[in-house]
Amino acid sequence: MSINFTLIIQLVVFLIVVLITMKYIWPVILGAMEEREKQIADGLAATDKAEAELKKAQEEAESILNEAKDQASTVRESANKMATKIKDQAKAEALAEKDRQMAAAVAEIEQEANRAKEDLRKQVSALALAGTEKLLNKEVDSKVHADLLNDLVKEI
Amino acid sequence: MSDGAGGIGGYIEHHLKNNTLELVEGSSFWTIHLDSVIYTIITAVIFLAFFGYIAKNVKAGVPSRSQNFVEMIIGFVNEQVNDLFHYKSKVVAPLALSIFVWVFLMNFMDLIPVDLLPAGGKLAGIDYMRVVPSTDLNITFGMSFAVILLVMYYNFTKKGPIGYAKEYFGHPFEADNIFFKLLLLVPNMLLNTVETIAKPVSLGLRLFGNLYAGELIFLLIAVFTLGYGLEHLISFGGITMIIAQFLLGLVWALFHILIITLQAFIFMMLSVVYLAQSHDTGH
Repeated sequence: MSINFTLIIQLVVFLIVVLITMKYIWPVILGAMEEREKQIADGLAATDKAEAELKKAQEEAESILNEAKDQASTVRESANKMATKIKDQAKAEALAEKDRQMAAAVAEIEQEANRAKEDLRKQVSALALAGTEKLLNKEVDSKVHADLLNDLVKEI
Repeated sequence: MSDGAGGIGGYIEHHLKNNTLELVEGSSFWTIHLDSVIYTIITAVIFLAFFGYIAKNVKAGVPSRSQNFVEMIIGFVNEQVNDLFHYKSKVVAPLALSIFVWVFLMNFMDLIPVDLLPAGGKLAGIDYMRVVPSTDLNITFGMSFAVILLVMYYNFTKKGPIGYAKEYFGHPFEADNIFFKLLLLVPNMLLNTVETIAKPVSLGLRLFGNLYAGELIFLLIAVFTLGYGLEHLISFGGITMIIAQFLLGLVWALFHILIITLQAFIFMMLSVVYLAQSHDTGH
């Protein structure tokens, strides 16, 4: 076992190996490792952020939902009110219409009655006239008169 | 048991002999351990190719299984380095990764059956082959010296020559007046010199010693049935030996998994500690 030139060769080879490792191996692989570390850290940070955003969005959605519910209930209330109002109005209108129509019917009936009365009166007067004519044509006989009058009365 | 003491000694000696290439005839320094160099480069290429392939196809999204594996190692090394090294540096963490993985791969060669690759080499006409680069003192010292060169470079650049000199001559014994400072100059210098030399030597020797011992034990376990003929092996004694060799080899290999990982880890950690000291301008 003697020290010889092998030592020098090994020394040089060693330095070359270290140089190659230093230039082409160590920084490349460590760089990739550090990049991955950064990616993971970024990913975790993004997850945290997304989680916070999700929470915020959920809260927002909830508030919007509540608002919508409130709105819907007010709309329903006002619709109910309106419906009642419309119903009342319709009822009132119907009542008024009924009254009006009744009044009109009554008026018509009255008119008809009046006309009938008028007709009757006309007929009565015509009858009276006819009776009178008959009376005038025949001898006046009280008894006959009475009978005629009775007939008249009966006729009326 | 076997052919005798000479057979065992010869077997082990053969296994511990490097395949050498003499650059200059007769010079012991200008020699290269071809097997160590080749296996160290093979392991380096395995490391760089695998990690380079992952780096090329790296994606920050969902990682593939192999990318996940590589990221696990890199994350582990990065954590260790960040615990020990509190300065900005583009070199230290990649250096730690290279040491950890590469030294582990070198050590891992120890878990390949001791005779497998040399037997293959023998078929190819290669007589001597040591497959575990980290059992070669040249390899471990080559790395530890490289680390210490970097440490010295940072000592000079981060602290400045004057700052480094102050630390070298003014520590660990400190004094307030100039007389004692001068008096302590020599012992400080001696201590720091010893420390400076001890760092790379201990770093290299620790790895070498552990792996060399481990390999030696694998060789000793392999000796159990060394030189047994077929008629020997199927006898009662032979089968006992086979079982003993198998069990011991298994136990030692399992234990060795821990050692090779631990030694790679220690080499990495100490290198990072030395580099951190060289960056420390707080004195």
